[in-house]
Amino acid sequence: MNMRPDPTFYASPQLAMEAPAEDFAYTLLLSPDFSQPDALAVIDVKPGSPTYSQVVHTLAMPNKGDEFHHFGWNACSSSLSPLTGHAFLERRYLIIPGMRSSRMYIVDTKPHPTQARIHKIIEPEEIFRKTGYSRPHTVHCGPEGIYVSTLGGGGKDGTDGPPGIFIMDCETFDVLGRWEIDRGSQEKGYDFWWNLPRDYMVSSEWALPPQFENGIVPEDLLSNKYGHRVHFWDLRARRNVQTLDLGANHQMALEVRPAHDPSREHGFIGVVIDTTNLEGSIWTWWRQGGQFHIEKTATIPPEPAQKELLPPLLQGFGAVPPLVTDIDLSIDDKFLYVSCWGTGEMRQYDVTEPRKPKLAGSIHIGGIVRRSPHPNGKAYAGGPQMVEISRDGKRVYWTNSLYSTWDDQFYPDGVPGAQVMARAEPGGGLTLAEDYWVAFPDGYRAHQIRLEGGDCSTDSFCYPSVGI
Amino acid sequence: MIGGGWSLTGLWLAVMASGLYHGVNPAMGWPLAVASGLMERRVRALLGALLYLGAGHVSAMFVVLVPFAMLAILLAWQREIQIGASVLVIGFGVFLLIRRRHPRVLTRIPPSRLALWSFTIAIAHGAGLMLVPIYLGLCRSFDMDRGHQAARALIGANLGMALLVSSVHATAMIVAGGLLAWLVYRYLGLKFVARGWFNLDTVWASSLVLVGMLSLAFGAALPGGEGR
Repeated sequence: MNMRPDPTFYASPQLAMEAPAEDFAYTLLLSPDFSQPDALAVIDVKPGSPTYSQVVHTLAMPNKGDEFHHFGWNACSSSLSPLTGHAFLERRYLIIPGMRSSRMYIVDTKPHPTQARIHKIIEPEEIFRKTGYSRPHTVHCGPEGIYVSTLGGGGKDGTDGPPGIFIMDCETFDVLGRWEIDRGSQEKGYDFWWNLPRDYMVSSEWALPPQFENGIVPEDLLSNKYGHRVHFWDLRARRNVQTLDLGANHQMALEVRPAHDPSREHGFIGVVIDTTNLEGSIWTWWRQGGQFHIEKTATIPPEPAQKELLPPLLQGFGAVPPLVTDIDLSIDDKFLYVSCWGTGEMRQYDVTEPRKPKLAGSIHIGGIVRRSPHPNGKAYAGGPQMVEISRDGKRVYWTNSLYSTWDDQFYPDGVPGAQVMARAEPGGGLTLAEDYWVAFPDGYRAHQIRLEGGDCSTDSFCYPSVGI
Repeated sequence: MIGGGWSLTGLWLAVMASGLYHGVNPAMGWPLAVASGLMERRVRALLGALLYLGAGHVSAMFVVLVPFAMLAILLAWQREIQIGASVLVIGFGVFLLIRRRHPRVLTRIPPSRLALWSFTIAIAHGAGLMLVPIYLGLCRSFDMDRGHQAARALIGANLGMALLVSSVHATAMIVAGGLLAWLVYRYLGLKFVARGWFNLDTVWASSLVLVGMLSLAFGAALPGGEGR
């Protein structure tokens, strides 16, 4: 327990931007054939350092087949609200769920990131027993402790009951139990985030375990059986207060990115694919008069392609869908980054007017058909996927893998792990940094990235960036 | 012995000092007033939040003092009550020292219920208990000849004193917290929220123990119940 708040807790998004830049990045590595244990890679991102853009520490887990995906911190800037009552936690532990095994690892990053080690392991049985959920996914730290969303319910294939969110103690990491009191009509899960002072949560839907664990199920997709709804919750009352349907053709509503400034009551959600035209789309939601609203505010068209250049899954369509698999909002809420994993493009939208995103920058790298190389000449397999933005908004990092079995369907030639970085201009515009290319150990794919001292998809703020 | 002129002043000073102490502690809520002011971009929202925080705090103090106001009619047991109260305060301080966890139920109070939150947090931290020994001292020094008063009048007087002590304490708390909130809102900026926050958990629990010990010492020095 600290005597002062952790220096990486920032009262407002503005203060987070002004804080010292990150020196280290953490990236999850997964072994797609489960032959090696999944791992956490620590990367030196300090410019001028002799080991810049290299993995300086790898922490392999003691089990195989966990399938690492997303992860989060035990504590973040939300601790600076007296309402949470835990101002003296440290941003110290990474909470890493195994999405296939339902096992969770708590990794201690102190005294130094290069000495990161396992602090605690939560076995799947504990999660099953205490929550009835399985396949943990997104992690956020909030008022009641650590919130973890899941993709599966009980039973072997995770379809015995709906998935939901559970809570862990933020000090002991004990699993405390289910978060929801009234889930309404919610029966699929994926991502969630919130506005803490306004006291609401937003959650999204991907799929049930049989729809993703062994690969995408084309029949389910074409019959619009993946998730397409967004749920709004009363955070403290733990009740679903409103559900908005995007329309069944808008399949897979994934990342939820609310404005970081709590005085702004809007946010964004990315939709992977529209089954009527293969488009990817960005949706803006907002709250007005106590009601939530949502509308499609940007679309990304598919790119026609010759059949022989396409993997079997896509040959019938004669086109590459953009596949919007991740989005991330800069901490000043000005730029939204959109990963088009299929076409191999990272898009930067100016969202100063949230309901009128304007394309401000774009980088082509990888892609099912384009296969654009990195400016350093290296081949980039897969496409831009998990994206993370530095707090100051100047550096945008991303990796290339989506999910073990889906990678194989869309990129049958394999997706060796890679991590790149682009520099963002203050007024818009993106350029890949030629000197930043992270090579990972053989046989590993790279997934989500976390930055030392917090980043744009971890920290929740309780004070707006106004005033002095 | 408590009751002399200077110690009466001392007791009132203690009521105010504890109010200032609670007020400057961010855990008692002044950053929430800053947040309210900034969210709505007007000082009125900051003042409104302070009002709710103050209302919650004063109620928490009063609720804790009322049972002791009632007990005070048991004149014969005055010494025992003082000792019992002291032991209770010490016990709660020790409990806080051992159980270092924040009660999770507090985090379920919605941010819009500031008065309820302020009330609950003050109760949970024993803020009212800290006032009990001081309050008992004040009651005693206020009506030295109460052996001649009717029980009803005595309860009335004691309740009045409880209200007065709670109000003076909460006013000091709101003045201190409000001043800090306004300075941060107007001049110092949000950086001060983290900068001005110290982990007072140990100090807080220890001050409960200390107040209890002092009160115990005074209690032991009191003459036995007047009815004996």
